[in-house]
Amino acid sequence: MKKKKLLWKLFVSTLYLSTFTFGGGYVIVTLMKKKFVDDYHWIEEPEMLDLIAIAQSSPGAIAVNGAIVVGYKLAGLVGALTAIAGTILPPFLILSILSVFYSVFQSNFFVSQMLNGMQAGVGAVIASVVFDMGSGIVKEKDPFSLVIMAGAFLAACVFEVNVIYVVIASGLIGALRTWIRGRRKKA
Amino acid sequence: MIYLQLFISFLQIGMFSFGGGYAAMPLIQGQVVTLHQWLSMEEFTDLITISQMTPGPIAVNSATFVGIKIAGIPGAVVATFGCILPSCVIVTLLAKLYLKYRNMGMLQGILGSLRPAVVAMIASAGIAILITAFWGGRASVSLPDTNWSLVVIFVISMVLLQKFKKNPIFVMVLAGVLKTVWACMEKVL
Repeated sequence: MKKKKLLWKLFVSTLYLSTFTFGGGYVIVTLMKKKFVDDYHWIEEPEMLDLIAIAQSSPGAIAVNGAIVVGYKLAGLVGALTAIAGTILPPFLILSILSVFYSVFQSNFFVSQMLNGMQAGVGAVIASVVFDMGSGIVKEKDPFSLVIMAGAFLAACVFEVNVIYVVIASGLIGALRTWIRGRRKKA
Repeated sequence: MIYLQLFISFLQIGMFSFGGGYAAMPLIQGQVVTLHQWLSMEEFTDLITISQMTPGPIAVNSATFVGIKIAGIPGAVVATFGCILPSCVIVTLLAKLYLKYRNMGMLQGILGSLRPAVVAMIASAGIAILITAFWGGRASVSLPDTNWSLVVIFVISMVLLQKFKKNPIFVMVLAGVLKTVWACMEKVL
C-alpha cells in the first residue's frame, strides 16, 4: 500500500474512533484492535496485544498511547504523529466549543441547576468506580497492596500531599519490591 | 509566563497519570484547582462531568478546557501538547525496548504497586467533589449547611449504578434533571 494512502486511512480511522468512543481508554484500545487487526489486518493479534499492554502501562491517556503504538508500528514517527492528530482533534474541537458555551450558559438558571445536580451524579459514578476497583484489590488479599492503598489515601485525602509524590513513592516502593524479589530468587 | 505554566502543569499530569481514565483526575485537581487555582472546585467538577459525557481522554479534555479559559486557543494548544508529550516519548521508548527485550517484569512490579495508590487517589478526588456538592467546600462542612437535595440524588444515583448497573451517562443526566425539577418546585412552592 502506498504510504500516503496508509497514513490517510490511519488518520481517518483514529479520528472516527476518537469521535464516537465514549467510556475511556480501555474501550478505545479494544476498538482499535478490532479495526487494525480484524478489519484491516495491518497488525498481527499477538503483537497488538503486546502493544496494548505497553499503552496501558505507560503514563498518560490510554487512547493517546494506543494511537502512538499503532501509528509507530505502522509507519514510524510520521505514523505516530498522524494517529495522535486523529485521536486528539475531536476532543479538542468538542471541548473548545463546549467551553465557550459553558461560560455563556453557566449563569442560566436551568443550566446551573442541571450542572449542580450532575455534581452529585458524577460523585456517584466516581464512588462506584472506586468501589469496583477497590474491591478488586481487596480480593487479591495482598497485604502489601492494602497498606499502599491506605497510605496513599491518608496522604492524598487527610494530609493533602501533592499526588505526584504519592505516585512517585508508590512506584519506587513497587520497583524496590520487585528488585528484592528478583535477588531472592537468584540467591 | 502563563503558556509555560500551562505547559509544565499539563506535562506533569501527562507524566504521572498511570492507569488511564480516572487516574488523571486527582492530578488535574492538584495542578489546576489546588496549585494554580485556574478553576474553582465547582468548575473542576463540571469539567469532569463534561468529560464523562463527551468522547476523548479526561486529560486532553481538561487541557483544552483549562487552556482556553486561561489563555485562549493558544493556551489550549500548549496545554494539550504538554499533556501528550510524555506519552509520545515514553511510549515510543518502551515499545522499542519491549520489542527488543520482551521483558516487562520490573514494569509490572511498579504498576502492581501503583494500582492501589491510584484507587486511593481517585477516592480522594471523589470525596473532594462530593464535599463541594454537599457543602460547597471543606470549610463549611456541617449538618445544617448540607444540601440535602444533592445527598438524595447521590443516593439514588449510587443505587442505579451499583444495583441496577445503569449507564453512567444516563445516571448523570438523570441527576441533573432531578435537581432541576427539585429547584423549579422549590421556586413555585
